[in-house]
Amino acid sequence: MQSVHTVSAYDEELKFLSKRIAAMGGHAERMVEQAVAALVNVDHGLAQKVIQDDVVLDEGQREIDDKAIVIIARRQPMATDLREIVGAIRISADIERVGDLGKNVAKRVASVDGRQPNRLFRGIEALANLALTQLKEVLDVYASRSVERIGFVRDRDDQIDAMYTSLFRELLTYMMEDPRNITPCTHLLFCAKNIERIGDHATNIAETIYYIVTGDQMPADRPKGDKTDKVVLPGAVPAK
Amino acid sequence: MAETGAEQDSKGQALAARLWRNRWLLGAGLVAVLVAYSFAGASTLVLLLALALLVSAAMLPADAERQSADAAAAIEASGLQRLSGEYLAAAVADPLIILDHSATIVHANAAAFAAFGGLAPGMSLSLKFRAPEMQALLDGILSGQVAADAVDYTEKLPVERTYRVSASTVGHATGLYVLVFKDQSETRRIDRMRADFIANASHELRTPLASIAGFIETLRGPARNDPAARDQFLQIMQNQTGRMARLIDDLLSLSRLEMKPYLRPGTEVDLRQTIDSVIDSLGPLAAENGIVIERDFIDGSVSVPGDRDELFQVFENLLENACKYGQSGGRVTVSMARVEDGQDPGIDVTIRDYGPGIAEEHIPRITERFYRVDVENSRTHKGTGLGLSIVKHILTRHNARLSIKSEVGKGAAFTVHLPAR
Repeated sequence: MQSVHTVSAYDEELKFLSKRIAAMGGHAERMVEQAVAALVNVDHGLAQKVIQDDVVLDEGQREIDDKAIVIIARRQPMATDLREIVGAIRISADIERVGDLGKNVAKRVASVDGRQPNRLFRGIEALANLALTQLKEVLDVYASRSVERIGFVRDRDDQIDAMYTSLFRELLTYMMEDPRNITPCTHLLFCAKNIERIGDHATNIAETIYYIVTGDQMPADRPKGDKTDKVVLPGAVPAK
Repeated sequence: MAETGAEQDSKGQALAARLWRNRWLLGAGLVAVLVAYSFAGASTLVLLLALALLVSAAMLPADAERQSADAAAAIEASGLQRLSGEYLAAAVADPLIILDHSATIVHANAAAFAAFGGLAPGMSLSLKFRAPEMQALLDGILSGQVAADAVDYTEKLPVERTYRVSASTVGHATGLYVLVFKDQSETRRIDRMRADFIANASHELRTPLASIAGFIETLRGPARNDPAARDQFLQIMQNQTGRMARLIDDLLSLSRLEMKPYLRPGTEVDLRQTIDSVIDSLGPLAAENGIVIERDFIDGSVSVPGDRDELFQVFENLLENACKYGQSGGRVTVSMARVEDGQDPGIDVTIRDYGPGIAEEHIPRITERFYRVDVENSRTHKGTGLGLSIVKHILTRHNARLSIKSEVGKGAAFTVHLPAR
């Protein structure tokens, strides 16, 4: 944790930032969870709630930005403190994006009716579980500052990408089977993409935390497992 | 100030108690003085003087025996005061966390460490419990708006747990607060299980049921007098009922596991012996499929914390799959290795077949319920679509991981990583 400064108000300000980040993180986790639940159970009320909740995250990000700028201007932070503050700005931006992606999933609930095959939703749910576990672990690392656990986070990103590629393929199959599936399946495809992006933002946050704590950038060999750019189904002619 | 007031109060109480204890003696003295007064005719002043003497004598500190009783009571009271909060917290079976006014953890008991990994004194609680309702609870208590409050808090991942969390201030002006978590996951899970079970069972049982109903109809109609067809149909119906029975067994064992997914088993399991008995029990199936099971174990005894029956089921399901779906390879290798390096030392058990392998796009999803790579192939091998789902559940309970490596045409390797601690 942070060392103690002569001016205790400075400590308070830094603590405020991390506390606000945690609150935003908790809110984003809840939003994504509820958005996916709304999608799977076709719960329009819950979807509306998620859409309205997004305001809280926007507000949180603006507040953190303002506070961080004020701290930089007033305290002239150095080293760890400066990284902490800049990191807070970046993490809050990532969390705000996670909220937006959750909101977008919730918005699509209205367009996906509940008559889709059960296993499609199961796939989306499993993908969301992976992404949420990722987000939870990253935010836990932010709380405990135990960066040695960050390696796991990147590994899981691989799993998310593999799962997303598999879902992509499956959705294409359903669309080819019956053109009436195209509308709902396209929406589900975007939902899956959004959830996959949430995992990417979690990885971003992990990298920022690593930078805050160690002062070094994480090695750049970020694994890339999203192979949907190459998915072509038999029978479909790839565009040349 | 308050303390001196309390001291005076307690002195007054002690005095009253002494008077009460000496009530009989006082009474007797009073009677004696009255008798003396009536007979001797002494002055009223003397009488009053004698009474005052009596009362003040009774007020004097009691004799040695009483004094020791008072002392014992005092020691007892101070013992309660000296009782360390740490001991008290350790004696509470539910997770309990003591925090200060800035939501920093002062102390967490063993149950809290077991329930929420990654707690440490000095860590901020509002960073750890980020759910909006927990933030509201902490804010409410720490700002002093309410002295005590409670909310329901649900953790979804890695396994679902629901707590009734009550927060309250400790004592007067100690600046400390306490959070107590009451686990309510069980009731919540039983409700969910019922709904899930019905949904899954009705969906999966419908297919064999429809086929049986169709054959019964045919047997009563067109095939009424056709003994050859009747035999054939009865055979199919028997297969279908067998499938339904297996499905119900698997669903039940999955539901049982889901009811207690976070129970951390406290016993040690001899892995070598467990895997050996799995291989023995699947010997007939392997022979039937023309499979040779090869072993490649490390030396020495290998034990991991866990539940033997559950781990038996894990390896049974994996090996059974390898024998069924890797039939074309003719052999299955079971290997056990110790992993020392890395952040997560433990034992790796790999079950490798040399069959057709699994296409890449299916690998991330084959542990989902009822996910089948090839529906027809699964049905002919009497699969229920739940085997790997059960494996995954058991491994989550054991804090273990399942990793799957496979390439089409080159077989598949299922590796179970069991942590040493």
